[in-house]
Amino acid sequence: MGIEEQLTTVLAKAVIEADKAESVKELETIRVSYLGKKGEITSVLKGVKDVAPEQRPVIGKKANEVRDELTTLLSHKKERLEKEALERQLEKETIDVTLPGKQVSKGQTHVLTQIMEEIEDLFLGMGYQIIEGNEVESDHYNFERVNLPQNHPARDMQDTFYITPDVLLRTHTSPIQARTLESHDFSKGPLKMISPGKVYRRDTDDATHSHQFHQIEGMVIAENITMADLKGTLELLAKKMFGEDREIRLRPSYFPFTEPSVEVDVSCFKCGGTGCNVCKGTGWIEILGAGMTHPNVLEMSGVDSTKYSGFAFGLGPDRIAMLKYGVDDIRNFYLNDQRFLKQFKRKG
Amino acid sequence: MKVSYNWLSESLDLSAVTPGELAEQITLTGIEVDGVTEPATELSNIVVGHVLEAERMEESDHLNITTVNVGLDEAVQIVCGAPNVKAGQKVVVALPGARLANGLKIKKSKLRGVVSNGMICSLEELGFSDSVIPKNAEDGIYVLPENAETGTDALPYVGLADAFIELDITPNRADALSMRGVAFEAGAILSQKPEFPGVNLIEDSSNTIEDFIKVSVENTEDNSIYKMRVIKDLVVTESPLWLQKKLMHAGIRPIDAIVDVTNYIMLEYGQPLHAFDYDTLNSKEIQVRRAKDSETLVTLDGQTRHLNQDNLVITNGTIPVALAGVMGGENTHVTAETKTVALESAVFESSLIRKTAQSLNLRSESSSRFEKGLNKATVQQALDHAAALIASLGQGQVVTGTAQVESEQPVYQTVTTSVDKINRTLGTDLTVSDLDSIFERLGFDSEVTAEQVNVTVPPRRWDITIEADIIEEVARIHGYSKLPSTLPHNESLPGELTYAQQITRFTRHYMESCGLGQAISYALTTTEKAKAFAHSATAPVELDWPMSEEHKALRQSLISGLLDNVQYNVARQSKNVALFEIGRVFEQTESTLPKETSHVAGVMTGAVVENSWQEKEVTVDYFAVKGIVEEWFDTLGVSDSIRFVPSKEHPDMHPGRTADVFWNDELIGMIGQLHPLMAQARDLNDTVLFELNLDPFITNEHDTIRFKSIPKYPGTSRDIAFVVEESVLHQDILKTMHAAGGKWLRSIRLFDLYQGENIENGKKSLAYTLSYLNPDATLKEDEVNTDFNQVKEALAEKYSADIR
Repeated sequence: MGIEEQLTTVLAKAVIEADKAESVKELETIRVSYLGKKGEITSVLKGVKDVAPEQRPVIGKKANEVRDELTTLLSHKKERLEKEALERQLEKETIDVTLPGKQVSKGQTHVLTQIMEEIEDLFLGMGYQIIEGNEVESDHYNFERVNLPQNHPARDMQDTFYITPDVLLRTHTSPIQARTLESHDFSKGPLKMISPGKVYRRDTDDATHSHQFHQIEGMVIAENITMADLKGTLELLAKKMFGEDREIRLRPSYFPFTEPSVEVDVSCFKCGGTGCNVCKGTGWIEILGAGMTHPNVLEMSGVDSTKYSGFAFGLGPDRIAMLKYGVDDIRNFYLNDQRFLKQFKRKG
Repeated sequence: MKVSYNWLSESLDLSAVTPGELAEQITLTGIEVDGVTEPATELSNIVVGHVLEAERMEESDHLNITTVNVGLDEAVQIVCGAPNVKAGQKVVVALPGARLANGLKIKKSKLRGVVSNGMICSLEELGFSDSVIPKNAEDGIYVLPENAETGTDALPYVGLADAFIELDITPNRADALSMRGVAFEAGAILSQKPEFPGVNLIEDSSNTIEDFIKVSVENTEDNSIYKMRVIKDLVVTESPLWLQKKLMHAGIRPIDAIVDVTNYIMLEYGQPLHAFDYDTLNSKEIQVRRAKDSETLVTLDGQTRHLNQDNLVITNGTIPVALAGVMGGENTHVTAETKTVALESAVFESSLIRKTAQSLNLRSESSSRFEKGLNKATVQQALDHAAALIASLGQGQVVTGTAQVESEQPVYQTVTTSVDKINRTLGTDLTVSDLDSIFERLGFDSEVTAEQVNVTVPPRRWDITIEADIIEEVARIHGYSKLPSTLPHNESLPGELTYAQQITRFTRHYMESCGLGQAISYALTTTEKAKAFAHSATAPVELDWPMSEEHKALRQSLISGLLDNVQYNVARQSKNVALFEIGRVFEQTESTLPKETSHVAGVMTGAVVENSWQEKEVTVDYFAVKGIVEEWFDTLGVSDSIRFVPSKEHPDMHPGRTADVFWNDELIGMIGQLHPLMAQARDLNDTVLFELNLDPFITNEHDTIRFKSIPKYPGTSRDIAFVVEESVLHQDILKTMHAAGGKWLRSIRLFDLYQGENIENGKKSLAYTLSYLNPDATLKEDEVNTDFNQVKEALAEKYSADIR
């Protein structure tokens, strides 16, 4: 048998063996047994020295073809085996992907903070500053400077916790406005502020009353601020808090620190204004008080009320949260029952 | 103020507006309406009955069998339990099928075997409150006047065919605490001028007032107007029905004609009056003055009042007979025997009345009107009206003349503004004629030109004194719904969070990301809890007049509140609790106001990782919480200046597991495990907590971060393990190693701590990795070895460390 025939036979044999191989390792053994230094193809080629010189190139070419074919074949087979092995491996690694994941603990923001930050962010975006102040205040700043002198009948509207005759727990965040008014430099620009914080009133705690609650008051003082600006600002706030479709209405009211003073109602977000249990059948829900800052308040803080004017408003995040989420007892906000707090984990 | 629609229609034409519509308009233009009630909508089949016979039922000690003509062909038999039922009376009868107040339905029934075809009604059954029913009708049926028409609807007779608008009147609108004030307000809304009948006063010319009384006022600043009339030869009677029903529906109990008239006039004009029994004054003199210290007066309610110089009193020239504006005296009040009445109509200084009413806790319809001010133009008119009514109801005579001190005349104040100012304030485009018509509706005289607006405000609107008040009147009558909506368009400063606000928000987000939920607790607590866990040695700030022991003192620490919250949750089957709070604590200082500091505190109890199919339970321990605190410091960039110092000084904390936290040399808080006894008392498992002062971190803005280039050269590390006394603190070892570590030592990490087998009792084995890096070159072996040996030596020298 000539070398050419031998090569063909060896190749045929190798192809059969490779075809039978079931592992990469087996395949490697086959490769070595044919293509290795001591492999069959190598040993066949040792017989080339006995071939006539003019035949040698032909045999050399044939030898290369056989070697290439076998190499390609083996490598394809190897790839396939590896792929199958991997598939088997991955199949074995299958898990129940519906099992629960590992615990991640994340605390939730208190619902009142959520409401307050939402309002803060709205006003920050409109160029307001957030200004905080002391929770314990003087009678002077809490009452007198917001146009509530001693023995003013309107003091009855706010029952007060006194510490001494001159020191009290603030009943609203208005003292911050008085303090800011006297320090603001109007040559640097208008005053646009909101003041969020805790406030206190002498009230017996029940489902709708709390001796401690929160308030956010806002104030804008500049030249030519109008009541229409107040209306537009509050409309924006109402839509932000209760939805784009909301409308507001202003009703005359009385606050010593504003004149004119109004109460602001928002169209009921539950029934849309047709009347339901949330709005007590009126279609409207009272959400805040507002007005044009009283000239006395400006003058007492050394601001020229003939040049500057502005508006102020105040709202209660506790009340907003109760309305918005249907919370029926204000004490829930201060018990910190995790079963309550965790209900407000979801954003928005 | 409860306003009767029928009473209001005496002065206005309300035919075109329903009570509901009127209420809506009042709310939108002037005064908040709390509600509208129309009692007739709940009542039906109630007629006037004429009692023909009434006999006591034999089998009963209180039932009567009556025969009543109810306007049908035949009289009906009704069993009635009222003691005051008598033949001949006109009464209110609920026929079978009738509905009464509170949904009660009347059916034909049998009582003790006797058929009853309906019910004779008491006022209470018709829906009147106990507190307004006349004394003589309290225990029985209400008797109608003889001329009531049998068989007709009974509701108009008792004023129930009416609507009542409940006004919530703010302190500035005290002018609406009277029917006349409300009529002017409603008139402005409806563009009508209210009309009031004149007073028909006939004076008896046989005497003049000087024969009876003269009045004087010690200080006209306390009492600017004091007027008195005398009505003589009276018989005190019950009031007629028209008067009784007006009072009852306004929430006032009818007493007798004299008292009722004073109340009626107060409701009509807003002018409180007081009637004295003239004969019991025992003098022909009235003097108004401040009370003397230690003077007393027994008031109408039988209480002895101890007076002082802050109280204004009416005296008979010698002793007090009334507490001015607040309450009359017991000895001089009108009784059934009264023959002559001295009737007072006055203006007292409001803050004086307020103080007296407050200090004696005596708030009345009268005092609240004096406090809020009244219409000085109708002091005389109200007095004349009342005198004429009392005389006519009691068949007496009004003595000619008024005894008076009148130091003040009603003021018609002119307020000046401009069309431009009004429009600039409201954002409107109102014209001269718009404004003219608004002032016309309000009943204010005005001169409106393009340049100037002059408005003359009548004394009935004493709340209006400045430009802003006029603008408010314009705004509300024009209608807030017509205001445009705009936004302030001035130039603006940037709106941004302050550094303190940023850090506070960051801290909140950070704590939440560590698994702690945000709590908000009460700042007012018990004195004991206010003090607990606090650094402060001073007593907590306490309320002057707390409502309860529970909320008496301002907290000095956030921990007590958080522990209450944790305990509350654990008691409700929530074993794993992690809460934090950011809030103020309060400390007394030399200055008037206490010092307020922002703190952040957290409490954790139970598991931080719960047992699950994959993970083993991990319960909270000191180091779990310390890790949270350390990373917070690291993020704030202050780790290097923070020290944890073991402390046994906190009585409520575990003495071996508590540290005070210092920032540089300043004590800023503590961290540790709650004392096991405290935990036990609250039914808690191991509970770890911390509290830190936020102020140092929110008031000190830090340097900007400077970028350091990423090292180009590899670093190297050395491990060291050694045994030291167990009392040696990790923090001190770190300090020593850093001090001795040489210039390439970058960081030190504790990777093992061991006590037990093979380690001598009272000692511990520690193992650290020290990392070295030279940013500018590859470190040489021997450089590192030299530095590392320095560390070994320092440890050996300082702590006798046995290096392994």
